[in-house]
Amino acid sequence: MADNPQKPGSPQAGRPLSPHLTIYHWAITMIASITHRATGIALSVGALVLAWWLVAISNGPEGYQTFYAVAVSPIGLVVLFGFTWSLAFHLLNGIRHLAWDLGYGFTPATAHQTGLWVIALSLILSVGIFAFSWTGHAGYLQ
Amino acid sequence: MSSLQTPLHQVQGLGAAHSGTGHFWRLRVTAVALVPLSLWFVFVVLGLAGASEVAAVSFLAHPWNALLMGAFVSFSLYHAALGLQEVVDDYIHTAGAKIFLMLFIRAALLACWAVSTFALIRIASL
Repeated sequence: MADNPQKPGSPQAGRPLSPHLTIYHWAITMIASITHRATGIALSVGALVLAWWLVAISNGPEGYQTFYAVAVSPIGLVVLFGFTWSLAFHLLNGIRHLAWDLGYGFTPATAHQTGLWVIALSLILSVGIFAFSWTGHAGYLQ
Repeated sequence: MSSLQTPLHQVQGLGAAHSGTGHFWRLRVTAVALVPLSLWFVFVVLGLAGASEVAAVSFLAHPWNALLMGAFVSFSLYHAALGLQEVVDDYIHTAGAKIFLMLFIRAALLACWAVSTFALIRIASL
């Protein structure tokens, strides 16, 4: 529970700090790690939208219409794309983390490469999912 | 005597926080379970996107689909609780704010789980 050393007047003011985000050169591994956290937090909020979707379905056709209108509005689609990409990224990078837990892919070169793959694949997958839907292929469980 | 820990404490292997590797392990188990469940979830959402409410009800009312959706919701929210705890532990350094945030997060996730599960049961009985 130490005081903030950067705060003027605190007993620790002026003491050196260990390097943080503003000091380090940005690397792919670092970006992937931060994005994994951010997408995890975003997906926790997404769970609320999932709950809303299930409630809307349970409320009958009129209740579902309200949800559907919001979901396909421009803002709704942007948010849904955000959740889609977050899930794709968190899932792919999560598999990368599980591989690390098993001891694979730890060398800097490999970690850099798999990081780039995860970023690229997550974008391709989420754009692909939306393209799949926009070309009229979704709704196959009708 | 080479250790200040009691023999029982050493054998339990739970360390100073009394939970050992429990948090780490639960995060991994839920992560592995969520790999296939997430793929199934994307398949379902895409399949029901643009479909009528009737189609969504008849799909989710099927016992297997209801169970899988319930599993996806439960594992997701448990995984979220564990993950958000890691974020709070890393960035919140005052005891009061930490306790308040963790209670708030867990209450919100538990409420989300209860609402989702109730909705699934309601859909199954429509």
